[in-house]
Amino acid sequence: MPDRATPGYETVVGLEVHCELSTRTKLFCGCANEFGAEPNTNICPVCLGLPGSLPVLNEKAVEFAMRIGEALHCEILPSIFHRKNYFYPDMPKDYQVSQYDEPINVGGHLELPDGTVVGIVRAHMEEDTGKTTHVGGGGRIHEAEQSLVDYNRAGVPLVEIVSAPDIRSAEQARAYVSELRGILVATRASDGRMEEGSLRVDANISVRPAGSSDYGTRCEVKNLNSLRSLGRAIDYEARRQVELLESGEAVRQETRHWDESASVTHMLRSKEEAYDYRYFPEPDLVPLVPENELRRRASAGIGVLPAERRSHLVSVLGGRDHAAPVMDQVQTVLELSLDGLVASAVHAGADPKHALNRAANELAAQGEKAATLAPESFAALLSLEASGALSATQAKAVLAELVSSGGEPSVVARKLGFEQLADDELSSVIDAVIAGHPEEWERYADGDKKVAGFLMGEVMKATRGRANGKVVAQAFTARLG
Amino acid sequence: MSASSLLDRGVAAIASAIRTGEARAADLVEEALARVDAGERELHCFQTVTADEARRAAEAVDAAVGRGEDPGPLAGVPIALKDNMCTRGTVTTCSSKILENWIPPYDGTVVARLRSAGALIVGKTNLDEFAMGSSTENSAFGPTRNPWDTSRVPGGSSGGSSAAVAAGYVPVSFGSDTGGSIRQPASLCGVVGIKPTYGRVSRYGLIAFASSLDQIGSFGVTVADATTAFEAIAGHDPHDSTSINLPAPSLAATLGEGVDGLRVGLIEDFLDQVAPACAAASSAAAEALESSGAKCESVSIPEMLLGLPAYYIIAPAEASSNLARYDGVRYGLRVDGPDAEAMNGRTRAAGFGPEVRRRIMIGTYALSAGYYDAYYGQAQKARTLTIRAFDSAYERFDVLLAPTTPSPAFKFGEKTKNPIDMYLSDLCTIPSNLSGHPAVSVPFALDENGLPVGVQVLAPALGESVMLRVAAVLEAAAPGDCRGPVLGPRSSTHA
Amino acid sequence: MARLARLDLTDDELAALKDELSDLLDHVDRIRRLETHDVPPTAHPLPLTNVFRPDEVAESLERDEVLAAAPASENGRFLVPPVLGEAP
Repeated sequence: MPDRATPGYETVVGLEVHCELSTRTKLFCGCANEFGAEPNTNICPVCLGLPGSLPVLNEKAVEFAMRIGEALHCEILPSIFHRKNYFYPDMPKDYQVSQYDEPINVGGHLELPDGTVVGIVRAHMEEDTGKTTHVGGGGRIHEAEQSLVDYNRAGVPLVEIVSAPDIRSAEQARAYVSELRGILVATRASDGRMEEGSLRVDANISVRPAGSSDYGTRCEVKNLNSLRSLGRAIDYEARRQVELLESGEAVRQETRHWDESASVTHMLRSKEEAYDYRYFPEPDLVPLVPENELRRRASAGIGVLPAERRSHLVSVLGGRDHAAPVMDQVQTVLELSLDGLVASAVHAGADPKHALNRAANELAAQGEKAATLAPESFAALLSLEASGALSATQAKAVLAELVSSGGEPSVVARKLGFEQLADDELSSVIDAVIAGHPEEWERYADGDKKVAGFLMGEVMKATRGRANGKVVAQAFTARLG
Repeated sequence: MSASSLLDRGVAAIASAIRTGEARAADLVEEALARVDAGERELHCFQTVTADEARRAAEAVDAAVGRGEDPGPLAGVPIALKDNMCTRGTVTTCSSKILENWIPPYDGTVVARLRSAGALIVGKTNLDEFAMGSSTENSAFGPTRNPWDTSRVPGGSSGGSSAAVAAGYVPVSFGSDTGGSIRQPASLCGVVGIKPTYGRVSRYGLIAFASSLDQIGSFGVTVADATTAFEAIAGHDPHDSTSINLPAPSLAATLGEGVDGLRVGLIEDFLDQVAPACAAASSAAAEALESSGAKCESVSIPEMLLGLPAYYIIAPAEASSNLARYDGVRYGLRVDGPDAEAMNGRTRAAGFGPEVRRRIMIGTYALSAGYYDAYYGQAQKARTLTIRAFDSAYERFDVLLAPTTPSPAFKFGEKTKNPIDMYLSDLCTIPSNLSGHPAVSVPFALDENGLPVGVQVLAPALGESVMLRVAAVLEAAAPGDCRGPVLGPRSSTHA
Repeated sequence: MARLARLDLTDDELAALKDELSDLLDHVDRIRRLETHDVPPTAHPLPLTNVFRPDEVAESLERDEVLAAAPASENGRFLVPPVLGEAP
């Protein structure tokens, strides 16, 4: 499918996603793996690379890496660690311990909600680096007067997930990262928080004439810290490359940096400047063999994966071929883990579309807290609304209150003053309104539907909004005989 | 200084006298410190003397005895540690300017075990910078002199530790052996030096030179002392992934079991590569074992000669990576610069001596793109061939015998002009590091200049027990004057 | 090579090293030419696998002690001259 932004060309993207694992401790030492601690408080001889210190592999990190591999349908293989040698102040040993040519997970795939299958080349383990802050010169790297280093993050376990170049648009790239994030969260291997750097994305981007099966020269774009940056950077980079080609120039293989504020990528280094990492097997660690007991423990920890939840939700909604807007709602509900609420409401008799609507709109608006709503409360509320006991406006207000403060829907409704009018009270109000506006009633009876709104408004005024519009409309119809 | 001093009667005698209250650790440590004081101006075995700490440790041992507690297997034994083992609160230099003032915030596993065994750490001993060398001439702080002849080197890299035992400062000391750095100086100083099986002793807290080859071991005046010292530090350590998960071996008890019926192979491939005195000592050792009941045979293992070139690729390659961390950022020396990269480069150029730089450069080259397969990859395969050759030799023999060094102690400056001359010092010791097998050097003869000559007993992995039994028999068969201590350093005119 | 090893050497030092390295490479040339068809590499002398540590928090070092040993620090962080450029 040729890209809208680059007519006549197809964008080809492969993603490298670095995922921080949710272990209690770092990959090779017992320092706490926590975000946001005071600088340099989670450091020890090992993660600080002090002379004489040695790494010992965190068993839980291995289990998480294997879970990720299994969830991505990878082959889980015997693996070893290598040293990737390069100097940088945030790397305490001036080499990174990483898996190189014998990684733990190879050859899997991930299916996007739109059915696209993206190949997974590998998902390997490695250690994170510390954090460098540039001070002076306005914090910009090239103008810094000095730099400050915090090693709390150094040695935090990472799994780097490398996709095949199977992604064809910015939109798909975002869908891939969302789906991957959902999988990581489901396996409990990572919290998936992009804003805290738990997920960091690099994109390999190239373009080719639509219909071509050869790959163009790719550029690797770094510093994509949000789904928004990812999408924008891909669109920008694809346009840049197409413009080059259109003006008769060649795309050069290089590493580029996404500058979010300027919304451009700029070159970091060319292919010729590629660093010689001098990889060699890490002699301080021993090979890792995925024995059955390890495999069993890893598998046992995998939760229900997003694809499985999606197909379950779709079947709850009845049928398979839902329109795109419905699928968007499904995706929202899945991302916020509201699918369980929808399913139980439907089981309790709620209309599927109604339940999905309320979940994807009103509940989603409540953010992460929405998932804490008790399923029976949600089901009860939907049933009050369906029965006409609560108006749509009232139901939404009750829902918001249920999420923020909890409680039982009918009790909350009463508390909010949405007490159900007794049938006879409503009936006498309607009679009074009809009696008070004979002309309007006449016109209504003659089929002037516009006047219905006026009459309804009078009823609402008289009941101070406590009447349910549907019920009033039914009552009008009934009185026409 | 009488020869009947408790300090010269061996580890077992000392520990027992301390345990029974017959002697006080406080007195023993003063005697050791007095010897250090008298000898150090000439010898320079120590990088740092930790007199106050040794005295405090001695008080603690005496107090424990007073309370009726077990003061540990090395109770009251003064010891010396090579200055590449991290000691909490005591400067640890690796004999390098880059770590000149570095004080580790932690104890290495071996150091912690020695402390809890009741040993008294008298000081940190001199070495070739980052353990790269065979003479201590590569120390950034000046060489150690050989107590047998102060115009000669003590060997290296653990030359300070071997000389400290040879000088009678301490009955036992500790070093590390990457290509022969325990056995070669042991041979040159007339003491016993044990390189255990790789993984027997934790490397946690040992400042790495070449991680797949480094192993901590012990020096002693006698096989029994070196064995007891080894037992105190051996055993599994969860902080070292390459530590063998077996309990510490019990070896002292079986030292006297003799060699009757043992099959011994004398590796002949080294014999024409070494000085006549060294070749003669190994042949004589074979005869001594034969007359003690062993069956000795010559055996040719040509792969042994692959060891040296393979080692001089593998060890520098690992070292180039291990020494990257000395970048002036977190600890140690910093020479400032306009940016971090310049600061790194200046710090490292100023902090590392010529031999360390040389090895970093070789190692960087051997691992670099385009050369990896030809050098590092091939060296790893040569390592496989060495191991296979050992394996097939051990199908026929229980232990192997070889010279420890190509020559007895050499003069200062004799091998510093051409690095390769110095590298050849490790010819006979390197194969055991490549295979990870244990080996021990035992003093066995004197050469024509009255210098000690050691012979080497090699055994298969975890074969320390049989290896040390053989060593004990050789020790008993050796002339008494070929081993230390040499109380009062000898000048060259003496020899 | 010296840049890769992060050693700021003078031209004289580099020239001397170059000669020594070439001698050494001659010396180890035997390894380069060794017939190793079908010989697997040995990275490590021990046949160990799967050595793990439980995921349990252990004590970290005191920051003040660590920073006291650093060449320079500021506000709880290690201070270095400006780092130019991104990690390679």
